[in-house]
Amino acid sequence: MLAKVTSTEPEISRRSYLGWLIGLCTAGVGAVLSVPLIRFALYPLRMQTTEVKWSDAGPLSHFVSLAIPLRRSIQVEQVDGWRETVSEKVVYVTQTPDHQLQVLSAVCPHLGCSVQWSDAKQEFICPCHAASFGADGTKLSGPSPRAMDSLESRIENGRLLVRYRYFRQLVPTKEVIG
Amino acid sequence: MSSTNQVSNRSYPEPPRRLNEMLRWFDQRTGLNALMREALDEPIPGAARFAYVFGSALLFIFISQVITGVFLALYYVPSADHAHTTVAYITKTVTAGSFLRSIHAYGSSTMVILLLLHVTQTFLYGSYKGRRELLWLSGCVLFALVLCMAFTGYLLPWDQKAYFATAVGTNIAGEVPLIGGWLKSLLRGGTDMGTLTISRFFVAHVLLAPAAIFAFVALHVYLFRKAGAAGPISEDLVTPRQPAEPFYPRQVIIDGIFALGIIFILALISHFIPFELGPKANPADTHYLPRPEWYYIPIFQWLKYWPGSLSFLGVVVIPGVIAFLFASLPFLDRRMERRPWKRPIAVGTYTFILLALFGLGYTSYRSDHRDPGYAAQLLAQQKETEEFMRKPFEPVAEPSPAAIIAAASNPLVKEGSQIYQAQSCQACHGEGGVGSAAGPKLTGAQERWTAEQLSALLRSPSTQMTAGGMTPLDLKPEEMRALVAYLQSL
Repeated sequence: MLAKVTSTEPEISRRSYLGWLIGLCTAGVGAVLSVPLIRFALYPLRMQTTEVKWSDAGPLSHFVSLAIPLRRSIQVEQVDGWRETVSEKVVYVTQTPDHQLQVLSAVCPHLGCSVQWSDAKQEFICPCHAASFGADGTKLSGPSPRAMDSLESRIENGRLLVRYRYFRQLVPTKEVIG
Repeated sequence: MSSTNQVSNRSYPEPPRRLNEMLRWFDQRTGLNALMREALDEPIPGAARFAYVFGSALLFIFISQVITGVFLALYYVPSADHAHTTVAYITKTVTAGSFLRSIHAYGSSTMVILLLLHVTQTFLYGSYKGRRELLWLSGCVLFALVLCMAFTGYLLPWDQKAYFATAVGTNIAGEVPLIGGWLKSLLRGGTDMGTLTISRFFVAHVLLAPAAIFAFVALHVYLFRKAGAAGPISEDLVTPRQPAEPFYPRQVIIDGIFALGIIFILALISHFIPFELGPKANPADTHYLPRPEWYYIPIFQWLKYWPGSLSFLGVVVIPGVIAFLFASLPFLDRRMERRPWKRPIAVGTYTFILLALFGLGYTSYRSDHRDPGYAAQLLAQQKETEEFMRKPFEPVAEPSPAAIIAAASNPLVKEGSQIYQAQSCQACHGEGGVGSAAGPKLTGAQERWTAEQLSALLRSPSTQMTAGGMTPLDLKPEEMRALVAYLQSL
C-alpha cells in the first residue's frame, strides 16, 4: 500500500497515517477516561437529590372524630445534596365522606397564598383572592382553577404520616413540582 | 459580470465543504499548521529516548489534576462547616466520586515522584548547563509551586489528618525571624486554624498556584525550546553536533506510552485502594499524632532535631541555604562537563541530599513503629479512619426552625446550654451536640431516652460510654434538669 505512494511524498503520507492512528488512540483513551468524569458530573441528574421524606402529622387519636378540618404544622425533612433541611409546613387533616383521613396542603392552587379555615362560614377561604373550598377541599367559588391539593398520606404505628409536596399553580390539574 | 464574481470569490472565499479545504480555511486564519510543525519537529540531538519522558509526563499529570480538580469542585464547599461533609459526600455517595478523588489525591504523589525523576534526569545529564540558567530557575519555581499545591490541597478535606498536619506545617512559618508570627497569621487567616484557613488554602490551591503553574510551564517550555533539547551526555550543550531526530513521531509515542502507563497504574490503585477520608477535624483532640503526606515526612523528621532556640537554624536557615544552592546550581557549576562520573562534587552532594531525605523518612517510620505508645495511637487513628469510611454518608442536619425557637424561648433550655458549655460537653459531642470524632452526636436524644433515663445516664454512664471517655456528671438536681431539657431540645 505505502510503496505505491513513495514516488510522491512518502514521508508525509506515512506521517499523516501515523498521525491519524495516534489521534485515534488518543481520542479512544480520552473517551474511556472521561466516562467516570461524566458519571460524576451527572450524578444529581440520575439521583433525586431533593428527596422528600414522610413527615409525622401526629397520633391517630387526634383525628378520631373530625367535625371540622384540623390544622397541623408538620416538619418537612428534605435531602438537598449533602444537607438535610427541615422546614415547617401547614396542612389540614380532614375526613372524606367515607370516613377516610385526608391531608390537604394549605397552599392555594390559585397563586400560592395560605388557605385558612373559617369556623363561621364552615369553609376554607383564601385570604388573597377569596377562593373558597369545602371542608373536604372541593372547590366552591373564586379564582382557583382546581380543588385544594391532597397530599399522599399513610398510617404507621398509630401515627399519620404525610409526604409534603408542592404543586403547579394556575392549572386545572394537580401537577407535582417538587 | 462573471469576472467580478471571480474577484469577489477570491477576496471572500466561501467556507469550503470538503475536509481538506476546511482545514486549509482554518489554517489560513490560525496558522495552526506552522505551530504544529514547530512543536512536532523540535530536533532532539542523538535520538528519542525513554530518559526524556518525565517533563511531558509531569505536564500530563498536571492536566489530569486540573480536570479532576475542576470536577471535584462541583461538590466541594470550602468552609470549616461543610468541607468535610462535602468530601465525605463525594467519597461515599457521588458516582465515581471516590475514584476521582483518589486519582486527584494519588496524582499529587505522582507529581512529586515525577518531579524528583525529572530533576534527577536533568541533573545527571548535566542538562542545566550551557545558557540554561533561566530554564533551570523557572523549573525551580515550578518545583516550589508543585510542593505548594500538595501542601494546600492536603488541608481541604478538613479531616483529622489534614487539620493536624497543616497545623504543624503553618507553625513552621512561625519560626521565621521577625515576621514569623505575622506570616503564620497570614497563612491561617488568624491566630488559629479555622474556616478562614480553608478559604485561604482553597484560593491558593485552585486559583493562585494553578495560574502560576500555567504561566511558568509556558515560560519553561519556551525557554526549553529557545535553548534546545540538551540530548545525551556525549552531546555539546550549545552547538549540538549529533544528528537530530524530530520530536514527532518517536518521542511523542514514547511519551504517550509512558503517560498511558502512569494513568493506568493510577486508575488501578485508585480503584482497588481508594484514598481514605478520616473523621472530621476535632481541634480539641489532644491525643492525635499528626503525620504529613509521605513526601513531607523527611522534613517532618528533620524538625525533631532542632529544639527551642536552635529551631530557627534547622527549620529556616539550613533548608533555605540548600534551596538557594539548588536554585543557583547553573551559576555555580559553570563547566561544560556533562558526564556524572566527572562531576564528583555536584553528583556527590545531590546523592547525599537524596540519601539524607530517604534516611530521615526511614528514621521517622522506624521511630513511629518502635515506640509502643506511638504505634498504638497511630493504629487507633487508622482504625478510626477505617471505621469512618465504613459508615454511610450522613447529611448535615440543619436544625428545625421550631427547635431554634424553642431553645430561644425556653429559659430552662438556655440554662442547660450554658451548663453544656461549662461542662465542656462540646469538646467531644460538638457544638449543639452534632457529634465529633471524639464523641457521638446527641441530637435526637429525646426520641431515645426519657428525661429520667437521660439524667440517670449522665450521673452514672454505661460501661460503653465510660469506655468512650464519658465521665459521670455531678450536678445539682436543677442543673441536671436544665441540661436534660437542653439535650432533649437538640
